[in-house]
Amino acid sequence: MTRRETSRETPRQIHLGAHFPGVNNTTVWRDPRSGSQVDFSSFEHLARTAERGLMDFFFLAEGLRLREQRGKIHDLDVVGRPDTLTVLNSIASVTTHLGLAGTINATFNEAAELAKQFASLDHLSGGRAAWNVVTSSDAFTGENFRRGGYLAHADRYVRAREVLDVAREFWDSWAEDSLVADPETGVFARGISEVDHRGPQFQVRGTGSLPRSPQGHPVLLQAGDSDDGREFGATYADAIFTMHGSLEAGQRFTADMRSRAVRNGRSGDDLKILPGVTFVLGDTPGQAREHAREIRFQQVGPAQAIAFLEQVWGRDLSDHDPEGPLPAQDPETTSTIAQGRTRMTKDPVETARTWRDLAAAHGWSSRELVVEVTGRQQFVGTPAQVAEEMDTYVQADACDGFILVPSLTPAGLDEFVEKVVPLLQERGSYRTGYTGSTLREHLGVPHPHRLAPAVRATA
Amino acid sequence: MSREPLRLGVELDAAGRHPAAWRLPGARPAELFTAAHWRRLGALVERADLDLLVVPDSFRLGSSDERDQRGRLDAVAIAAHLAPLTRRVGLVPVVTTTHTEPFHTNKAVATLDFTSLGRAGWQVEVSTTAEEADTFGRTGTAPPGELWREAADTVEVVRRLWDSWEDDAVVRDVASGRFVDRDKLHYVDFEGERFSVRGPSITPRSPQGQPLVVVPVRDEHSLAVAAAHADVARIEAGDERTAAQTADRLRTLAGRELTVLLDVEVLLRQTATEALDVAGRLDELNPGAAPRSVRHLGTPATLAAALAELPDGLDGAVLAPLDLPATLELVVSGVVPALTRPPVAGSTLRERFGLPRPTSRYARIGGVR
Repeated sequence: MTRRETSRETPRQIHLGAHFPGVNNTTVWRDPRSGSQVDFSSFEHLARTAERGLMDFFFLAEGLRLREQRGKIHDLDVVGRPDTLTVLNSIASVTTHLGLAGTINATFNEAAELAKQFASLDHLSGGRAAWNVVTSSDAFTGENFRRGGYLAHADRYVRAREVLDVAREFWDSWAEDSLVADPETGVFARGISEVDHRGPQFQVRGTGSLPRSPQGHPVLLQAGDSDDGREFGATYADAIFTMHGSLEAGQRFTADMRSRAVRNGRSGDDLKILPGVTFVLGDTPGQAREHAREIRFQQVGPAQAIAFLEQVWGRDLSDHDPEGPLPAQDPETTSTIAQGRTRMTKDPVETARTWRDLAAAHGWSSRELVVEVTGRQQFVGTPAQVAEEMDTYVQADACDGFILVPSLTPAGLDEFVEKVVPLLQERGSYRTGYTGSTLREHLGVPHPHRLAPAVRATA
Repeated sequence: MSREPLRLGVELDAAGRHPAAWRLPGARPAELFTAAHWRRLGALVERADLDLLVVPDSFRLGSSDERDQRGRLDAVAIAAHLAPLTRRVGLVPVVTTTHTEPFHTNKAVATLDFTSLGRAGWQVEVSTTAEEADTFGRTGTAPPGELWREAADTVEVVRRLWDSWEDDAVVRDVASGRFVDRDKLHYVDFEGERFSVRGPSITPRSPQGQPLVVVPVRDEHSLAVAAAHADVARIEAGDERTAAQTADRLRTLAGRELTVLLDVEVLLRQTATEALDVAGRLDELNPGAAPRSVRHLGTPATLAAALAELPDGLDGAVLAPLDLPATLELVVSGVVPALTRPPVAGSTLRERFGLPRPTSRYARIGGVR
C-alpha cells in the first residue's frame, strides 16, 4: 500500500459527503422539527447546507420496494421516497459545486439506460455526477420489475461488472473531440465508436447517444463489504462507502482496500474511503451524550425494538415486553419474516446467545439491547471534540473523510456546518473554498481517460 | 365544444426539430448538451406563459450521417433540471415504454411532480427500431400494435402506482409509533401480457395525484391508447381538417372529454419570404427531413391567425420549432401577445387544464378503514 506522509504544515484533507436520510430509523420523525421526507424543499435545504459547508457531495439512496415484516408493510420508520436521479437533476440547478451522488441498482436497470442517465446528469451539472453501484438478487424486489428476480445471488457482481463495463463502453464511445459542431463544414460529430458487447449476461450493440461528459465517467461509489464487494470496489470505485466504525477497524479496512487497489494496478490514494457516520453535538460533553441518548431512544421506540428482534428471531414477538429481558426461546433460522432489507445476522441462534449474555451483564432490557447493538458509529461531543476526533481518523489513515448522516430532516446538517466546519478549517484539514468545479476535482481522483489503458480495460 | 382558452405548448428538441437546425446563426451548437442551453429555452417558455414544455426522447442516436445533429440528453433529466427554475409551465418529458421499466417511469414522473410543485406530465412513446432493441440486448422488435398495447399496459400500471398511496397515508402518529397508515398503501397487482408489477409505489402520492398523461396520435394503435388513457392527445396530421376528423373519432372512441392539440412544425421570421428562405436552406443542407405534421412557415402574425382559426374540436397546438432558439423567440415576442388568452388560475398543470385533482382509485373503492 501507499504510505502517506503526515506533515504538521499540510495535514491530510478531510472529504465530507452529506447523506439525506432515507427509509430507516435514522430520522427522528417524532421530533417536532422533523420536516417532509419527499417535498423538494427538504432536499434543497440539505443540499444548500452541504454546499455552504463546502462538502464534496450530496448522497441519496434509493428504494425499489417497500419493506415488509410479517407480510405487512413496515410502518414504524420513514416509508417512501422519491426517485434518486430526478431529485439529483433538480438539485443540480439550485447548486453550483456540490457533487450529486445517487444509489442506483445495477440489477433492475439496463446498462445503456444508466449510461445515458448518468451522462445526462454529468452534463447538466457540469461534472458533478456520482453513481453508488449496488446489486440485488432479491426476488421480492423483483416483483416490481418485468425482468426481476431472475438473478442467482452468486451472479450479482458478475452482472454488476458487466453492467459497468457496458456503461463504460457507452461513456467512452464518443472521443474527446467527437463533438465538432462546425456550421461551416457541416460536421456535427465524427469518430463515434460502436459498442459491441458480447458477455455472459447480455449482448449489446449500439452507439453512445451523448458526447463525453465533463467527468468522462461519473464518480463511482461502492458499498459492498463481502470479499466480492471489496474486490469490485478496488477495481472500479473512486470512493468506498463503508460502515467500519472504530479507528482500528477503519485502519485495517483502509489498508486492505488500498492494497487491493494497488494489486489492480491503481494508486492506493486514488481510492477514497468514506465511512457513513452520525454525529451529535452539545455545548458540553455531558449535554452531547444526553442528547445522543435521547435520539437513540426516539429512534428505537418499544415497537421498533420488537420489530428489530423479530427480524433476528424470525418469529412473531408481538406479545414480548420490550422493557423486559430478551426472548427466552431460540430464533427460527429459516424464516423470512422481514423482506426488502438484509437479514443482519448469519447465525441468529449464536447472535441471540451473545446478546443474552451482553444484556445480562449490563442489566439491559430488550429495548436497551437493541439501542446498543444497532447504534452506528457516532461522533458525540462538543464541536471541538468532534472536529478533533474526525481529524484524528483521517490523519491516522483510518479513512479519507466521512459521509455524514444527520438524524433530522432537513435541518440536521445546519449545526455541523456552522460549528464543526470552521474548526476543521482552523486545523488546516478542510478546504476554505472549492478549488475545482467537478466532483473528481473535489475528491482528488483521476479522470478515467488519464488512466493507463490497461487499468481502464478491466475484464 | 368550446375552444376557450386556446392551449399552447412547445416541443423543444435540442437545436430544433430539423436535423440541420444546428447550422443556423444563433444556434450555439457546441452548447446543446449544457444546462445553459436548456435554461435559456426554459426562461423563454416561462416568459410566454405557455402551457406545456415537451422534451422528446428516444434511445436512438438517429442517422449515421455525421452532418446530422445527434445525441440527446435524457428528457426526464432536462425536465427535472428546469423544475426549480420555472414556476408556471407544465414539464412533459417523453418516457418510452418499450424498454424502460414501468416502475421506474412511475417514480420518475411522480418525483418530477414533487420537484416542480405539481407541474409534471408524461408523454408516452414506443421504441420501434431494431437499433434500440439491440441497445438493450433484446432480439428484434415487436410490431407496432403490440408495442402500443404494451404502452397501454404501462400507462395503466403507472396510473395505479400513482394511486397506490392514498393522500393521507403518512400519519406520523407518535402515540402508536407509526409513520404510515399501511391500510392506505395498496398493492396494484398488475398482470399484463408482457409484464407484471406488484406495488405499491416507493414514492408517496404526488402533488397532482395523477400527473398529466400526453399521448401522440399518429396511427390507429396510438389513437386507441390515447382514447383509453390520455388526458391530452397530440394529433399528427397533414392538415387541420384531417386533424379535426381524427379528434372527432378520438372523442367518440374515448366516450369522454379530453384535450386535443394539433402538432404544428413551425419556422418563423419577421417576413414570410425570409422564413421560406431559411426553411429552404435547411432542406438544402439536409434533405429528407419530411414533415411529420402540419407545417407553418411564416411570421408571428400568420401563425397567430392560423391558431385562431383552428377547426372546432382542436383545443390548441403543440408547436415544434424547426429551429431554436430563433423561432421560439418569435413565438414568445410575437405570437403569444397576439392571442387573447385569459390568465390561468391555479399553479398545477391539472388546474391549468381545468382538470380536477383525482382521488386515489383505491380510496374510492376502499371503505375498510
